Amino acid sequence: MQKIGVFVCHCGTNIAATVDVSAVAAALSAEPGVVFAREYQYMCSASGQDLIKDAIKEKELTGVVICSCSPRMHEATFRKAAASAGLNPYMVEIANIREQCSWVHKDKQSATEKAIILGRAAIAKVALNTPLKPGEIPVTKRALVIGGGIAGIQTALDIADAGFEVDIVEKKPTIGGKMAQLDKTFPTLDCAACILTPKMVEASQNEKIRIYSYSQVEAVGGFVGNFTVKIRKKARYVDETKCTGCGLCTEKCPVKNVPNEFNLGMNERHAVYIPFAQAVPKVAVIDADCCRMLKDGKCGLCSKLCGAGAIDYKQEDEIIENKYGAIVAATGYEPISLDKFDEFAYSKSKDVITSLQFERLMNAAGPTGGVLLRPSDNKHPKTIVFVQCVGSRCEAHAKKGKEYCSKICCMYTAKHAMLTREKYPDTDVYVFYIDVRTPGKNFDEFYRRAAEEYGVHYVKGMVGKICAEGDKLKVQASDLIADKQLHIDADLVVLAAAIEPDKSARPLATLLTASMDTNDFFTEAHPKLRPVESPTAGVFLSGCCQGPKDIPETVAQAGAAASKVIGLLCKDKLTANPCVAHADELMCNGCSTCENVCPYHAITYIDKEFKMPDRTVKVRRVAQVNPAVCQGCGACTVACPSKAMDLYGFSGKQIYAEVDAICR
Amino acid sequence: MKFLYYPGCTLKNKAKALDIYARECAEILGFELVEINDFQCCGGVFTTSADEIATKLAVVRALKAAKAAGMPLVTVCSACHNVIKQTNHAMQTDAVFADRVNRYLNDGDDYHGETKVYHYLEVLRDIIGFDKVKECVKYPLNMNIGAYYGCLMLRPGSVIEMDDAENPQIMEQLIKALGGRPVEYGNRNECCGGYVTVTDPGFARKRSRIIYESAETAGAEMIVTACPLCRYNLIKNGADIPVKYFTELLSKALIGEKE
Repeated sequence: MQKIGVFVCHCGTNIAATVDVSAVAAALSAEPGVVFAREYQYMCSASGQDLIKDAIKEKELTGVVICSCSPRMHEATFRKAAASAGLNPYMVEIANIREQCSWVHKDKQSATEKAIILGRAAIAKVALNTPLKPGEIPVTKRALVIGGGIAGIQTALDIADAGFEVDIVEKKPTIGGKMAQLDKTFPTLDCAACILTPKMVEASQNEKIRIYSYSQVEAVGGFVGNFTVKIRKKARYVDETKCTGCGLCTEKCPVKNVPNEFNLGMNERHAVYIPFAQAVPKVAVIDADCCRMLKDGKCGLCSKLCGAGAIDYKQEDEIIENKYGAIVAATGYEPISLDKFDEFAYSKSKDVITSLQFERLMNAAGPTGGVLLRPSDNKHPKTIVFVQCVGSRCEAHAKKGKEYCSKICCMYTAKHAMLTREKYPDTDVYVFYIDVRTPGKNFDEFYRRAAEEYGVHYVKGMVGKICAEGDKLKVQASDLIADKQLHIDADLVVLAAAIEPDKSARPLATLLTASMDTNDFFTEAHPKLRPVESPTAGVFLSGCCQGPKDIPETVAQAGAAASKVIGLLCKDKLTANPCVAHADELMCNGCSTCENVCPYHAITYIDKEFKMPDRTVKVRRVAQVNPAVCQGCGACTVACPSKAMDLYGFSGKQIYAEVDAICR
Repeated sequence: MKFLYYPGCTLKNKAKALDIYARECAEILGFELVEINDFQCCGGVFTTSADEIATKLAVVRALKAAKAAGMPLVTVCSACHNVIKQTNHAMQTDAVFADRVNRYLNDGDDYHGETKVYHYLEVLRDIIGFDKVKECVKYPLNMNIGAYYGCLMLRPGSVIEMDDAENPQIMEQLIKALGGRPVEYGNRNECCGGYVTVTDPGFARKRSRIIYESAETAGAEMIVTACPLCRYNLIKNGADIPVKYFTELLSKALIGEKE
């Protein structure tokens, strides 16, 4: 005999303003099996929970229906309350009368009617619920961090600091990421390398950290606590264990006209190279696309020169398979391509550069040794125009650029302008902006110093067109405050290109089954309350892969992601979701449909012996679900042609009962 | 291939050269221009006021005529091309606008932007191909020519979808195919002052000067355009080098100079 209790929540006015909660409680009390129905202001509060607990005990309830907010919000709360009163937590059902009813409707009468129907469906379902017992799954006590920029490095260091092992996978030959390319960092102007490289070294020397550089994640299997990851370690044609990083090969290699990506193509490197002096690992790498030996089999000079015998032209890609308990995405960002911004003559003139190129021009280890010379003729630029929001805050219909604010450009442009004026006081510096956005500790003070103390000309307005004429760049712009057109003859133009997620993020998200937004930023589990977790259990987010961020914010988020990983790895066992699929072997015809649709590879087929009525034994192929791998998505249950697949907690019968109750 | 041809009113008087050579060359290049019956002026400007349909009806009639004839619509004049493409786009994407126009015309055949609209240059590039044009050249131009796009031919880029509005190449490609040397100068897609020349001739003079001086400095011996108004402004405001229509250039290369 069913004894179901119904609890209707007001949620303050969130529900009660649009739904007549008393009417809902009254209507549902008449449903078959319902022995108790109450309404309350806040069901999730301690006294609301007590109300449920007391009713379970006093009325000896066998099932509970709570008409409230989305189960994503408080299902766990109410299950816990039921369990503490002695009821199996899977005998609790939530009818979502907030997000799917009161919030989306205006008319009270029809909203009330809908709330009653939703409650009725939940009652019909709970009557068929069975007590479930969650299993336990072990946790692999090692984390994987994908991306070796400042976000990945900091996350790895923090995880290692807590005593857990952690691997960094970095696609480039060295860790360090974008921060390694920067000159100074705002707002304190300390040198980026001086604060980053010690961290890179710390990561490489930490016993708990393994670095897979020049490597990429190729496949991800498993689930929270038990991921299996295949890593492709690309052939660098140099034996990492033998190379001493002396750099002799990188000086003598006869192929020396390869655009140097570290300096954004503003100078050249050899076919065998070490990306920069403080690279970690400090090991040479051969660019297979340019190396004469690898292309035509003619040369071999580096091999002859190498005292350590580290050059290995026969090296091949290596696939490494490891197990991890948690994965952190820290894939970072890239400045957008400026192909669609030819009004700024980026493709036409060498003296129109991006802000990242400007960082390299100002950097002592950059192509000009830190002397600001313009790329076309190596002359000191006397007039420099900085253009902000190039590709940021674009209108969607313009079909170019990004709608969002890239967040970091106002500050780094202020930094560039300030540093230019400090090093070269005879230079005229203009900054064109839509708005100057400098929230952050000591940020606005920094910007004001640039404008007020360093005499940078900040102009509110955008640049409409830049064209090269002779050795000048003709800049046409509007000054919105003075309401006039400006024509500036500039020597150098610096474009603050919008930033976007690294191109590797989208395929990685697919491997991780982690969700992304339309801009390819990873989505967080909750934008406010769970900002470093992906909705996919066991996957965490660090740095710009989740949204544009500066260094202080990235480091803070990296630490937060690490603490979430540590929290997970601390546990010896995780509670498994018992709402998983199972196959009825007598119904299963061995067709493999379920195996093919399962996104988690949780289904396998076995040959099983069945005793037939005539006492013969027949061997049949039947499906088997691995409950530890199954995520309970239900794809197999709808795909199965013979209805052999069913989901605990969401059986076909329960769903039909809900539908029947709605259509009644 | 047959195209319904919308010459526009300027090509029937002031800009006859643009029209005549376009027809001649079409014949040589193997496509047919069928002039639309009783076409009306495109209005010259695509007004952006949301509740305005009257000035766009003439264009919708032309678009419908092309739909009925089962032919794409082709234009030569930059202004006509701009108004026609923008109107067609509005008929495709703005349901409220399309509904009002259709109800006003009320001739039993609703139009929703089905006609494909080409600029003559697009026909050369996308249908005939500049390689074919090159094969037909008898008198290679052999001079430095600056293409002048003006503001109407390519903008708004997301609607016109003819070429990159900020770094166009279509006329440079044509000049190359005709044996000329294209000169890319900074102000080749700036506005000449347009109709403002009527109310504020000084302003148009300033704008036009920026353009032809930029072309001359870059070494152009001739400026070529598709817009009668651009040509008018540049010449009136003192261009020191010849300003020609692209169809004149085409004819010069394919047929030769006429006396």
